[in-house]
Amino acid sequence: MKPILETQSLTKRFGDMTAVDGLSIVLEKSSITALLGGNGAGKTTTLSMLLGLLRPTSGSIRLFDHDFIKDRFPVLGRMNFSSPYVDLPQRLTVRENLCVYAKLYGVWKPDARIRELAASFRIENLLDQRLRRLSSGQKTRVSLAKSLINEPEFLLLDEPTASLDPDTTAWIREFLREYRDQRGATILFASHDMREVELLCDQAILMRSGRLVEKGTPADLLQKYERDNLEEVFLKINRETS
Amino acid sequence: MRLQNTCSGRILALFMRYFFLLRSSWPRIVEIAYWPTMQMVVWGFVSQHFAPSSPGLTAGGILISVVLIWDTLFRSHISYTLSFLEEMWSRNLGNLFVSPLRPWELMLGLACISLIRTLIGMLPAALLAIPFFGVSVFDIGFPLLIFFFNLVLTGWAMSQFVTAILIRYGLGAESLTWVLPFLIAPFSCIYYPLSTLPAWMQSVAAYIPTTYVFEGMRSLLLEEVWRSDLLIKAFSLNLFYLFVGMGAFLFAFRAARKHGLLLQAGE
Repeated sequence: MKPILETQSLTKRFGDMTAVDGLSIVLEKSSITALLGGNGAGKTTTLSMLLGLLRPTSGSIRLFDHDFIKDRFPVLGRMNFSSPYVDLPQRLTVRENLCVYAKLYGVWKPDARIRELAASFRIENLLDQRLRRLSSGQKTRVSLAKSLINEPEFLLLDEPTASLDPDTTAWIREFLREYRDQRGATILFASHDMREVELLCDQAILMRSGRLVEKGTPADLLQKYERDNLEEVFLKINRETS
Repeated sequence: MRLQNTCSGRILALFMRYFFLLRSSWPRIVEIAYWPTMQMVVWGFVSQHFAPSSPGLTAGGILISVVLIWDTLFRSHISYTLSFLEEMWSRNLGNLFVSPLRPWELMLGLACISLIRTLIGMLPAALLAIPFFGVSVFDIGFPLLIFFFNLVLTGWAMSQFVTAILIRYGLGAESLTWVLPFLIAPFSCIYYPLSTLPAWMQSVAAYIPTTYVFEGMRSLLLEEVWRSDLLIKAFSLNLFYLFVGMGAFLFAFRAARKHGLLLQAGE
């Protein structure tokens, strides 16, 4: 089976600074992959390039067997994303926001899809509230609902459970796993939450100073580094490579 | 999932986004009509004051008419640029540009909502001028539409340059939104004929489409002569600036993608 995503020697330089340095990764269909790394490791830059928000300096991105750098528009409708770095319009209600994005992605029956997502994300009672009136946890749920509006085959998430309480975090984790299982979607997320990574992902990619320093399943990494949890693995790798 | 991803659907989505924003606040709608109406009232009284001593200045309701038509340009430009700024203020550009929305579709969506907002702003002022000062710009007839659309086009062209600068340099350049229309105002000969300007300013004015619109308007209202040559010049210049403006926006968008500015556009 062909991978969903394949990057080769992906590099992004800003002047003299290299934010991502020769990153080559492969994501298989229906996999959940975590992108790990400290601040400035290059996670958000990598996600931005995979979303078409940032043009790589060199290297290639093949997404759904398309040359994504050359022409990203044919595949953008098959993906979506959520990030704490972007917001939805605060003056619009949750329903209006979801309605606009449903239309933007060409969702066939937007009302039914919005109802379905509202039930899944437990935001039915928030649908007619303006976004600015919501708590940060509620906003995160709405942002995640927006990211699933087109039922994406490839979902990119930047710290998906940031600002959520432990109960909602656990629920979102379960929801993402179910979404992957039911739709066969591929999920790539950047996170600092090692517990989340251990519980959710099939593969972890560790970055430091823009470079890939390690990758593997959480179980393999724990075994390889003889540690009890991923946080200790992360600290060990980070200190060894610094 | 069944998706019907079409260009018209995406432009409609943007239109809905700005329509929802507009209807979310009645003070916003009132404000759109408020400024043109105030302009009309103030200039209406100025016109009445000068009518006995300077009939040439106020004949045919020219002063009120040019004020209203000039405001069309201002409204069209402000409506376009403010809608774009809304995306920056709400940090929504990232969400828009990871969707299948093309940059030129964004431009078209902004233009559509700008037209609606301009009409909301101008119609009450134009209608109120009839009972207040006995001046109806609608008496101009079909040429009014031509004057109106030419100024709307000039407003959009200016907005494309401003949004190009905004996307490249961020909200630090926000004040350009308000400044730019006034930069071309002296050259546009809104209240006076082109011959009033010194020679060097006339040379500059020759490259500004609004100059021809107001010259044509004066010719029609004061001499009752329809100068299609002036309107063709205005329209040609507008088309030229629109295409250059589009190019500037697309160029700035590419630069923003290169420098990673789209995610931080609201910060």
